[in-house]
Formats: sequence, structure tokens, C-alpha cells
Amino acid sequence: MRRIPLSALIGLFFTALFFITAIFADFIAPYGMAEVVSNSIWDPMSREHLLGTDALGRDMLSRMIYGGQTTIYIATLATALSFTLGSVLGFTAATIGGWIDQALSRLVDLVMSVPSLILALVVLSVMPVSTTILILVMGLLDSTRVFRLSRAVAVDITVMDYVEAARLRGEGTRWIVFREILPNALSPLVAELGLRFIFAVLFISTLSFLGLGVQPPLADWGGIVKENKEGLVYGIPAALVPAVAIAALAISVNLVADWVLNRTTSLKGGRGA
Amino acid sequence: MPETLLDIKNLKIEATVYPPGEDPHDITIVEGVSVSLEGGKVLGLIGESGAGKSTIGLSAMAYGRGGVRITGGEVTLNGRDILKLGPKALRGLRGREVTYVAQSAAASFNPAKRLMEQVIEATLKHGLCSRSEAEARAVKLFRKLGLPNPETIGSRYPHQVSGGQLQRVMTAMALCPEPSLVIFDEPTTALDVTTQIDVLAAIKEAIRDTGVAALYITHDLAVVAQVSDHILVLRNGNKVEYGPVKQIIEDPHEDYTRALVSVRSIDHEEKKPAEPVLRVDNVTARYKGTNFDVLSNVSVDVAPGQTLAIVGESGSGKSTLARAITGLLPPSAGRITFAGRTLTPDLKTRSIDDLRELQMIYQMADVAMNPRQTVGTIIGRPLEFYFGMRGEEKRKRVQELLDQIEMGKGFIDRYPAELSGGQKQRVCIARALAAKPKLIICDEVTSALDPLVADGILKLLLELQAQEGVAYLFITHDLATVKAIADSIAVMYRGKVVRYGPKTQVLTPPFDDYTDLLLSSVPEMRLGWLEHVIETRKMESAGN
Repeated sequence: MRRIPLSALIGLFFTALFFITAIFADFIAPYGMAEVVSNSIWDPMSREHLLGTDALGRDMLSRMIYGGQTTIYIATLATALSFTLGSVLGFTAATIGGWIDQALSRLVDLVMSVPSLILALVVLSVMPVSTTILILVMGLLDSTRVFRLSRAVAVDITVMDYVEAARLRGEGTRWIVFREILPNALSPLVAELGLRFIFAVLFISTLSFLGLGVQPPLADWGGIVKENKEGLVYGIPAALVPAVAIAALAISVNLVADWVLNRTTSLKGGRGA
Repeated sequence: MPETLLDIKNLKIEATVYPPGEDPHDITIVEGVSVSLEGGKVLGLIGESGAGKSTIGLSAMAYGRGGVRITGGEVTLNGRDILKLGPKALRGLRGREVTYVAQSAAASFNPAKRLMEQVIEATLKHGLCSRSEAEARAVKLFRKLGLPNPETIGSRYPHQVSGGQLQRVMTAMALCPEPSLVIFDEPTTALDVTTQIDVLAAIKEAIRDTGVAALYITHDLAVVAQVSDHILVLRNGNKVEYGPVKQIIEDPHEDYTRALVSVRSIDHEEKKPAEPVLRVDNVTARYKGTNFDVLSNVSVDVAPGQTLAIVGESGSGKSTLARAITGLLPPSAGRITFAGRTLTPDLKTRSIDDLRELQMIYQMADVAMNPRQTVGTIIGRPLEFYFGMRGEEKRKRVQELLDQIEMGKGFIDRYPAELSGGQKQRVCIARALAAKPKLIICDEVTSALDPLVADGILKLLLELQAQEGVAYLFITHDLATVKAIADSIAVMYRGKVVRYGPKTQVLTPPFDDYTDLLLSSVPEMRLGWLEHVIETRKMESAGN
């Protein structure tokens, strides 16, 4: 077993910290999510309120912990959806080819030609905003990018002789996709997984900041930035706390993804050395 | 007494390797090699892949490829130790005193620049002469190397000339600065056999006329015998034997050299014709979206337990024939009968038995096996797929197959990356055998392998044929292989079968023009073969 590099350790530590905090938010948070704990707003940091209070006098730390839960929950499910959908469709398009490939690829081109934020804003402004709808919209929009990547990777693999050998043996599409292509496409996909998760975090934060994402009183990081942004004018840094959290999560996940990519490419039979 | 131009003494070359899951460590690539070369002579470096021949060749310009370091010994060129030179002195040396001709000309030229620009680049950079003089030199060299339109070919782009021509242009590039030493690194290996002979003759003539010394690196002893004065045989980075070319070819002292000289001397008695297992009847095929028949009216038969060799140069349609038979490229006309059944044109509509009894082995064993599957999975899958074998039963059968391909225990759980080139090809053979096929299509299965390893594979294939009674459709461009393995031969040229019949009949004169060209182009392991062929061809064309 090779030693884990320091950067990956740092990434792993913070990623784990964020996820554990999110999962056990109910036990960790000192106060309720929407519980007003102070009569004044934007209290400075103190022993009772480690991160101070927010624009409505709620405990900032508790908001952050619950907000992290919402943000990570939505981002994780949206990424899972986009990966399952994108990679299966991408591999299938590459394996079968012909008009199925053409139809899927052009549809993806069409969706990608509209900026995803604008598309999401349009869809969300006509649909009732709920967590499920948010996950679906984000997952579907992001799956186009995963589709492109996995199709490109798979097209390279389908021309390999071992795939041809499997076809000649009479194997079905399912075996070819899951047993011949997927294991060989894994390392670029894993790296992309980290990246797409980060984009999902940024995306949901952006939507919430614009008011179309997670609806109050439910907390999420983008929403917390929005709620406290007025404070910046008065020199109150409350809005920076969620911003730092978003950045920290993005960086640590990226460090982990880099490490995983390095590791998987040096697997037996991998491409790199 | 001619002067010593290049003197390599006790050369040691090391490299750092980074094996997965292990700490990086140093390995020795070349050790204790000493050789010297007189001005105007040609030294052939020969060995299998990994023998260190390219590495030694490049040390003559004090260069080591990525991660490779020259750690010991001396390399003296024109009287000075070039290993001690600084970067600036080396820049003055490389491309001026020593030049290099690479294996793949297509990958070595800049596709965006005209040929002339690239040919004279080094000469101009070193300030050896003016542009017009350099161009005049280049044109002279183009003419000497037998390139068509020597005055104007320089204004073409690399993609506008053929592979053989490009290789000659690169030779011109190397000769343009009038160096004292040229390193030829497998310059004809990537070429068709009929092109190789022209390039070889051109290189030989250019070397003789310009009086330049050369290191000629190749794995093909028959080729090196035609151009060299001396030969250095290498194995695993060590010197095996060194001597004048005549002695090495006619009286090798070492066992390894003897094995190299006698390679492809497998004797194979032709079997009697029989009722065919595969009958290809008037098959015509073209690729989708083209209006050009890659195969036109091809008819050949393969008898059970026998070998039909399909011979031809690249682009002759031999691999396309394999694709048509396997159903990957449904033919547009004609009929294919296999084991008494008519095969449907498209792979997808074929019965499981049709698929099982018709197996295929590929040229590049590396990419014919999924790198993420173990040998056990690779060989076991056909057993599972066709015969429903599972668990212990399957594993036992896989082991039997491994024994059959002489790989024994300990390989079943390995990944392809942990096998040598020859072992990989053996595993592919075992995978094909696992299906209990009646016919195996072998597509250039030995051309990516070293001669001795290829010999082993051919012997194995013949043995398996005797044991299992399987027929082979053997696609190759190498006539030596054909002689070793075939019962009947079909010569293909531009999608047509130009000559077809039992082996002895096809290889007995009178020949048609193409077969004659093909047969006479295969390098033979004797001195003066090249001159003889060129002379004969000149006389023939004069007679016509």
C-alpha cells in the first residue's frame, strides 16, 4: 500500500468532517435550525454562539450545520442521478452507435447550448420548488456533461480489440457496457465525479442565493449567504462564513478526487505508471 | 589504417522505473558494452525488444530517452569523450556530427511544415551553409535516394508522400548536414515488405556514396545483413557477439545468434486438400459510406485441420476478408459457408454455434484483452458463455488450457499487464481454444512479436492444430511465416485474390508479376541478397 500524500489526507479529513457533520446534524447542532436564540441580530462570536447569530437572531453555527446537511444532501443525490443517467446513456450510445447515438448526442447538444443556470431558473420558476424537484432538475442538467465525457471515453474503448472480441463471442450490450467498458472508463469518471459534486454544490448554492433553490426557513449555504449579505455593508462578516464553507468543501473534495485519479490510473492494467 | 570514428567503452546505462505499488528503483538497461566503428563503415545493432539497441544507438549522441541515464563508460566520437560535453557543445554535436533517422517517419515530421523546410532545418540552424546551398544539397540527396520529382518534392507536405518516401526524406534530412555518423533506428520496420526493399536499397546506396558511418538498429537479422559491415548482437543489455557480418551470418559462435539466424526455419509438410470447413464464395464488400470495393469477388476455401495463409501488403484487403467472414462487415455480395451451414452476413443474426466455432486471434494481444480482467476471467468467459461452466469446473478447465499453451500454474490470477508479449498472445490463443472452435482466424498474430517469440507461437499453433484439428485462416504480410505454417496460400492485392492454391504450387514459378515482387522482396539471410534482387529487377525492367 502506498503512502497517502499529505494533500489527500487534508482533503480526506475535511471531506469526512463535512459529511459526518451533515449526517449527524441533529446531534451536533447546539440549537434548532430555525430557532431564534437572541433578541439582537448579528451578534458577534461568543461562547454561547461560536459563530455569532444571523440576520434574524438565529444561532449561526446551527444554521451552518443544518445548511451543510441540505446542501450536501441535494448535491450528493443530484450527482448520483447525473452519473447514473449520464454514464449509462453515454456508454450505451457509444456501444450501440447509429441513430440512438445521434439522437441522444444531439439532444444533449441542445440542452447544453442553453446555459444551465438560465435553464434551471426557467424550469424552477414554473415548477413548484421542492427538494425533489431541485435534485431532479440539477441531476438532469448535469447528466448532459457526464454523458459527453462517458461517451467520449467509451468511444475510445469500443474500438479496442477486446470489445470486438466480446462482440464476436456474441455478448449482449449489457455485458459490453458493464464488464468491458465500465472498468476501463472508471478512472476519468471518478475524477469527474468529484468535480461534478463540487459543481452541484456551487449550483445549488447559486440557486438558493437567487431565491429559487432551497426555500426558507430551511437552511442551506447559498441561502445563508443571501440572508446575511446585507450585513456586509455594515462590516458584519456573517455572509462570509457559508462562503468559506463552500470553498473549503470544494477544495477538499478536489484534493480527494485528484488522489483517487492518481491511484486508479496506476492500478494493475491502468494507463499511467 | 582507417581512423576510429566512434568508440564505446564499457557503457553502462540505467533508468529509474516506477512499478505500481512498489517504490521507484533503478534498473540497469545496458551494461559493459564496448564496440568501435571506423569512419565510413556500418555497424548493425541487433536484438529483441528490450535488448537495449536503441538505447546504445542514442548514446552515440550522448542522449538518453526520458528517465534513462548514461552512468558509466566512455563514448568517444572523433577523438573526444562526448559524455563529458556540456549542453552547448552537445547542441553543436547533435544534428551536425551525429544525426538520427527514426522508425516512424509519419510521427516524426511536423505535419504543418513543408518537407524541404524540415530537411534543411538542422543544416541551417548549425549555420553550415546558406539556404540555397542547403536546398541544393537536399535536392541532390532526394535524387540519390530515388525519390520521384526530386526538384519539387520538397514543397510537399508530409501527408502528400507515401510512407516509404517519407522514410527516404528523413534519411535525406539526416544526411543533409553531412554528418560523420548517422543512427538508423529501425528505419524500415514499419514499412511494407515491397516498400522496405526500395528504402533499404536507397539507404545503402546513400551511405556508400556519401561515405558516412552508420549505426543500423533493427530486430531483423536478414535486413541488417544487407547493409552492415559489422554486427553487434545484443540481449538484455549485454553484448552477445560481435563480428564481421559474414562471420555472424555464416558462422555464428553463440547459441543465441545461431537461434536468430535459424529463425523461421520450421518445416511444415503441406497436407492433402480436403472438403472445406469454410468456403468463401465470390465475396464482395465495401465500408459504409464509400463507393469502393475493398474486397471484390474473393473465393477461397479452408480445409478442416489445415491452414490457409492470406498474404498481401497493407491495404490489400486481408483483414477486411476476416471482418467479412466474422460478420463484422457484412459482405454486399457472395456467400460464406461454414461447417456445412450458410452464414448470415451480419454477426448479430448468427447462431451461438456459428459464433463459437469461428474464433479470432488479433495482432495486438495487448488490446485484445481487457486490461482489468485476470487471465482466469479472460479465458474463463467463453467457457461460461458457451458451455455454462462455473466455479471449480471452469477454473480447472482454464488451468488445462493454460497447460496446453505451456504457461502452467501461477498465471491464472495475473493481469495482462503482468505478462510478456509472447505470453499475452498465448492467452489469446487459449481464449480462442476455450470455445472449441473449428476455425481460428489469426490476424497478423506474430507480426508484433520478436522473431524468437514469434517462432514459439507458430510452433504452438502447429501443435494445437495437430491436437485439436482446428483450421486456421492465417493473415500475414510475412512470407517466411507463411512458408512455416501454411497448407495453402492466397495472395491478395487490392482486394482481389491474385494467386491461390496449395503452398508448393503457389511458391513455385512461374509467378505473376505481383507474387514475384512480393516473394523477391522478403529479406533473405544471406549476403548480397539485396544487390542480387535489385540487379535482377533492373535487368527485368530493361528486358521489358
